[in-house]
Amino acid sequence: MSETLTGSVVKVRSAWSRRLTGHDAIILYALVAVVIIAMSSVNYFASTLTVGFLLIQVIPILLLAMPMALVIITEEIDLSVASTAGLTSAVMGVLWRDSGWDISVVMIVSVLIGVACGIFNGVLITVVGLPSLAVTIGTLALFRGLALVVIGDQKVANFPKELNTFVLSKIGSTGIPVVMIFVVLIIAIFAVVLHFTPFGRGLYALGYSKEAASFVGIRVGLAKFWLFVVTGGVAGLVGVFLTLRLASAGPDNGTGMELSVIAAVLLGGVSIFGGKGSIPGVVGGVLLIGTLTYALRLAKVPETALIIVTGGLLVISVVAPSVMGWINEKIRLSRVHKSVQGQSVPGSTHA
Amino acid sequence: MSTTTTAHEEKTGPAHALRSFFRGREIPVAGALIALVIVTSVINPRFLSPQSAKDLMLNATIVIILAVGQALVIITRNVDLSIGSILGLVAFGTGTMFNAFPGVPIPVVFVLGMVFGAVLGTINGLLVTSAKVPALVITLGTMYIYRGILSSWAGSKQYFSGDNPPEFGALSVDVFLGIPIISIVAIVVVIAVGFFMHSVRSGRDLYAIGSDPDAARLFGIAVSRRVIAAFLASGALTGLAGVLYTSRYNSVGANTGYGLELDVVAAVVVGGVAIAGGTGTVYGAAIGAILLSTITGALTATRVDKFWQQAIVGVLILSAILVDRIVSIRSAKKLRVSEARDV
Amino acid sequence: MATDTHSGSSLASPVSAGTTEASALSLTGASKTFGPVIALADGTIDIRPGEIHALVGENGAGKSTLVKILAGLYVPDGGDFRVAGEQVAFKTPADSKAAGISVIYQEPTLFPDLTVAENIFIGRQPTGRGGLINRGEMRRAARELFETLGVPIDPNRIAEGLSIADQQIIEIAKAISLDARVLVMDEPTAALSGVEVERLFGVARALRDKGAGILFISHRFEEVFALCDRITVMRDGKYIGVHKTADVTVPEIVKEMVGRELGALFPKEAAEVGETVLSVSGLTRAGVFSNISFDVRAGEIVALSGLVGAGRTEVARAIFGVDRYDSGSVSILGNPLKAHSPRSAIAAGIGFVPEDRRKQGLVMELSVAKNATLTLRNSLARFGLISGKRELRAAEDWSKRLQVKTASQDYAVSTMSGGNQQKVVLAKWLATEPKLLIVDEPTRGIDVGTKSEVHRLLSDLAGRGIAIIMISSELPEVLGMADRIFVMHEGHISAEIARDEATAELVMHAATAATTPEPTKGAVR
Repeated sequence: MSETLTGSVVKVRSAWSRRLTGHDAIILYALVAVVIIAMSSVNYFASTLTVGFLLIQVIPILLLAMPMALVIITEEIDLSVASTAGLTSAVMGVLWRDSGWDISVVMIVSVLIGVACGIFNGVLITVVGLPSLAVTIGTLALFRGLALVVIGDQKVANFPKELNTFVLSKIGSTGIPVVMIFVVLIIAIFAVVLHFTPFGRGLYALGYSKEAASFVGIRVGLAKFWLFVVTGGVAGLVGVFLTLRLASAGPDNGTGMELSVIAAVLLGGVSIFGGKGSIPGVVGGVLLIGTLTYALRLAKVPETALIIVTGGLLVISVVAPSVMGWINEKIRLSRVHKSVQGQSVPGSTHA
Repeated sequence: MSTTTTAHEEKTGPAHALRSFFRGREIPVAGALIALVIVTSVINPRFLSPQSAKDLMLNATIVIILAVGQALVIITRNVDLSIGSILGLVAFGTGTMFNAFPGVPIPVVFVLGMVFGAVLGTINGLLVTSAKVPALVITLGTMYIYRGILSSWAGSKQYFSGDNPPEFGALSVDVFLGIPIISIVAIVVVIAVGFFMHSVRSGRDLYAIGSDPDAARLFGIAVSRRVIAAFLASGALTGLAGVLYTSRYNSVGANTGYGLELDVVAAVVVGGVAIAGGTGTVYGAAIGAILLSTITGALTATRVDKFWQQAIVGVLILSAILVDRIVSIRSAKKLRVSEARDV
Repeated sequence: MATDTHSGSSLASPVSAGTTEASALSLTGASKTFGPVIALADGTIDIRPGEIHALVGENGAGKSTLVKILAGLYVPDGGDFRVAGEQVAFKTPADSKAAGISVIYQEPTLFPDLTVAENIFIGRQPTGRGGLINRGEMRRAARELFETLGVPIDPNRIAEGLSIADQQIIEIAKAISLDARVLVMDEPTAALSGVEVERLFGVARALRDKGAGILFISHRFEEVFALCDRITVMRDGKYIGVHKTADVTVPEIVKEMVGRELGALFPKEAAEVGETVLSVSGLTRAGVFSNISFDVRAGEIVALSGLVGAGRTEVARAIFGVDRYDSGSVSILGNPLKAHSPRSAIAAGIGFVPEDRRKQGLVMELSVAKNATLTLRNSLARFGLISGKRELRAAEDWSKRLQVKTASQDYAVSTMSGGNQQKVVLAKWLATEPKLLIVDEPTRGIDVGTKSEVHRLLSDLAGRGIAIIMISSELPEVLGMADRIFVMHEGHISAEIARDEATAELVMHAATAATTPEPTKGAVR
C-alpha cells in the first residue's frame, strides 16, 4: 500500500528551482529592483556618498537583526533590544564623564552592561520560565527607565573626536564605512552558526517543537539562554556604536529601533511562529527597508510617509504568505476537481 | 494517576466563596494599589487631599478606558499595539472638528470619535483574522501606518485646549459628587464592559477563544467574528479615550499618544489579565491602570526623581508575571500531589 | 424564571434499537481529495439508532477523513450524506452539532481556563432575565448531567488539570446536553486505564440503550468485539464491508482490512543473550514510582507492562533523562549515567522512541532527511560544520534500510502515514548505533502490516546484540515479543515473569494486584 502521494501528479522541484523562487530570492529581486529604480530616478542616489550614509544608518539594525533572527526562529522574541542599547549608551556617557577611565575600558564595560541585560532576560525566560513576550515588554520599560535614572535628561557629548571620525570613516574611495568589515564578520559568524553547525540545526528543531528537540539531546533552556545573552551583548555593541556615531550619549538613543529590527527580520522571511528563516533573507530584509527609506528620503518624500511605508511592508510581508497560500489552494483544488472527478484511484490515501 | 475515578466534591458555602475571592487575580494588584496609596500618604499627607485625589482620578481616566479595551483584545489571546496611534488620530481629529465646525454639538463629536476608532480597530481585526498572523506583528505594522497618517495629516500643527469650546474642556474640570465627569464616564465603561464579560454569552466566548482558539473553532464559536468585534470594541473605546484626551490635555498634535500602548499593556498585565489570554477581568485591568497612573503622582508626592517612573513600570510588569507564574506552579504542584499515588 | 437549557438526557429518536427504520446517520460514497492526495474515495457507513457501530481499518484507510466529514470539518467532494433520513450538507462543525452529531476525539479539547459547567454550556449558557447568563441554572444542569452518567465531577472547578478520562466524560456530558443522536468516539481508550475503560463502556452502553447511535473507532479488536454490535471495514480510502459482530471473527476482519492473509504477527526469534547493558537500582520519584530495580542484557527484549498510569513511561523517561528522579541510580555497561541529561544518555548509547510520535518523536514540519539525521547532527560535523549533502546521504541510507516509503527525503514527515513516521523515528535512533533502545508503545496507532515490520525489526536488533526495553499496553504484543516481562502496578514492579511462564492472566493479575486472577474481559490490557 503506497503511503504518500500519487506518483504521477507530483513534481519534485529541484533544489535550485526552489532556491530561485523562494522567499530569500524574492527579497533579493525586490532589493535589486529598488536600487535600479532609485539609481535612475532619484537625484544623488547613485553615488559613493549614498553607500556610506545608507550603510552607517543601517548598521545598528543589521547588527541587531542577527541575534533577533535566531531568537525568533526559536519561537521567542526580544522587545528590549533598543532599551538595552539605550542603557548601554547612558552608562557609557556617565562613565566617560565621571569615572576618568580610559575610553576603551569604558567601551568594554558598556558592552558588558548589554551582556548583563541579556543575562537578566535569559534567566527570567529560561530558568524561571516566564513568557518572553511579557518579560521583554517589562525589561523594555525597565532598561529604558534605568537609562533615565543613570543619566537623567542630560547628554554627554565630549567623546574623543578620533573615535567619531573612525566610526564614520570609509574604505578608500568606495564609500563603504570601515566598520562594515567588522559588521560583515559578525553576519558571517551568525550565518555559519545557524546554517552549518549542529547548534544551528538544533535551533530550527527547537523552534518547531521543544519536546522533540529535548528528546534528541538538545538542551533547550541553555540554547535559549545563550541566545538572549548574545542578543544583549550585540545590543550593547550597538549602543556603543550609536554613541560614537552620534558623538553623544543620551537616554533615548535608539528608541523605537526594536520595531524596525523585527519588521526587517520578518520581512526577511523569518516566521514569527518559529522554525523558519535564513540569515541571507534577513540581511536582504534589512537592506530592502533601509534602501527604500533612504531613497525615498533623498527623493524628498516626507518622513511621515516613510513610516507608513515601513509599516506597510511589515504588514504585507506577513499577510502575503497567507494570501498566496489561499490562492494556491484554490487553484489546485479546482484543477484537481476537474481531473479526479469520477475516478477512484487506489492507494495514495490519508486517514 | 490513580486508576479509580477522581471523585470531586463540590465546594460551596461562604467560607469557600471568601477563599476564592482572595484567590482572585485582581487581589494582588488591588493590594499593591492600596499599599502604594497608604505608604505615599503616610510620607506626604497631602497626597489624599481633594485636589490631589481629583488629579489622580483625572490622570487615570484615559488609561482606564484604554486598559478596558486592551483587556478585551488580550483576553482573546491577541494584542493591539496601535492604540497609541489610534488615540492620536482621534484626538487630533477632535481638535480639527472643533476648529472646522465650532458649533458642533459635543455628543456628535463623541460619536464620531468612537466610530473613527472603531473603524481603525476593525481594520486591525480583519487583518488579524484573515491573515492568521499573530496580532503582535499586525498591530506593530498598523501602529506605524496609523502614526504615519497622523504625522502627514497633522504636520507641525497643534490644537490647543483654548481652540475647543469651553464646555468641552469643562468636562475634565467639573465634578459630580466630587468625581470629575470624565472619570464617571470611565467608571461607567468599566462596569458596563465588566458586566458584559461576565454575564453575556458573547463575552464568555471571548474567554473561550483565548483559552483554546482551536477548540473554540471546533466547537462552533464564531471565532473570527468575535475577535473582530473585540478589536472593534477596543478601537471604539480608544476613540472615546481620544476624545476625552482632547478635553483633558493642553494640546494635541502629531505626537499625541506616542508610546501609550506600552503603559496600557503594562496596566492590563499587572491587573491580572494573562498575556496568553483566557483569564483575567476588565476590573483587574482598570485597577492596574489606576495603579500605574497613581505611581507618577506618588513619585512626585514623595519627591522621588520622576525618572524612576519607567523603571518602576518595568519592575511592576515583571513582578506581575512572576507572581502569576509562581501561583500557577504552586497550584500545579498541589494538583500533582493530590492526584499522585501513595508510592 | 425562563430558561432554555438542553439539560437532562432527552436523547435521540423514538425508533427502537435494532430496527432497520431510518438510520440515525447514513453516508454513501463520500469522497475527499487534497491536491494530489485522495484521502477518501468511497466513504460509506450506516449507523442505526440504538447500536454501537465499530469502524476499523489500517492507518491510511480513510477513517479520520470520514470522521472529519461527519464532524463538519471537511466538506466532501461528492457522496450522499443523510442524518435521520434527511439530506445534509454541513459547512461548519456547528452545523454538524446542530444536526445531532457529537464527536469525542482521542485528546479531548476542553477550555482549561473555564469551569466544567461553562465548558459544557459554552455558547449556549442558560439565560435568565434580560438574556443574561444564569449561573445557578447552569451548575444545576451540569450536576444533573453528571448524575445521569453516574460520575461525580465538580461543575465549579476549572477544567485545567483534569485527567483525560474525566475530560472525556465531560465531553460526553456535553454531547448529551446537545441531544446528540450520533456520538462518534475516535480511539477513546488509548489513554485510559482498565477501570476507566470499563466506565466508558458502561456509559456508551447506557447511551445506546436510550436510543443513540454510537460510532466507535479503534485499533483494539478485543474492545471492538466486546462492545460493538456491527463492524464496518475500510481499506485504501474505500468501504469494504459491514458485518454483525456476532457473525464474524477477528482473522476475517483483519483479512478484509489488510487484503491479504497475515502470518504470525509477532515473530520474535531467539537471540544470544550477552552482558548486562542497563542496570537500574532503587530508582524513585516521589508520587510517581518507587524502588525500581532491574537489569537488561544485550540481545534481550524486556517488556514493561502494566495498566496505563502504572508509571512505565515515567520510569523510562527518568532513565533516559528527560525527567528527573529523586534517588537511585542508572548505569550503562557498568558506568554510572548522569541523571536528567538526555545528552549524556545518548552519548552513552541509549536511544528512546517516545510514546507521542507527533509531539516528541518527530519534528513534524521538518523533512524526512532532517528528522532522520537530527540525532547525528554532532557526528556528521567536520570541524564543527555540517553539510546538507552528507545529511541527505545518511538519511537516504537509513530510509532504505528500514524501507521508509516516501516520494522524497525532502518532504515534511507530516505528509506520511503513522507507520512510516514511526520508521523515521526508528531510523533516527538506529543511526546512533545504540546499545540500549527504549521503545514506548512502538506500534500504537499503526496499521497491522507495518506493525509486523516493526516487530521483525526489533527482533532483528536484539539478534544483533542490542538490549531493548519495550513498553506496551497490548498484551499479545508483550507476550509475543518479550524475553522477560516486568509488570508495574501503581509505581512499583509487582512481578517479573519469564517468557516461558508468561500468560495473559499472570500479567493481568500482577498489573491489577488482584488477589485472584481475573477472567480476561473485553478490556484486555
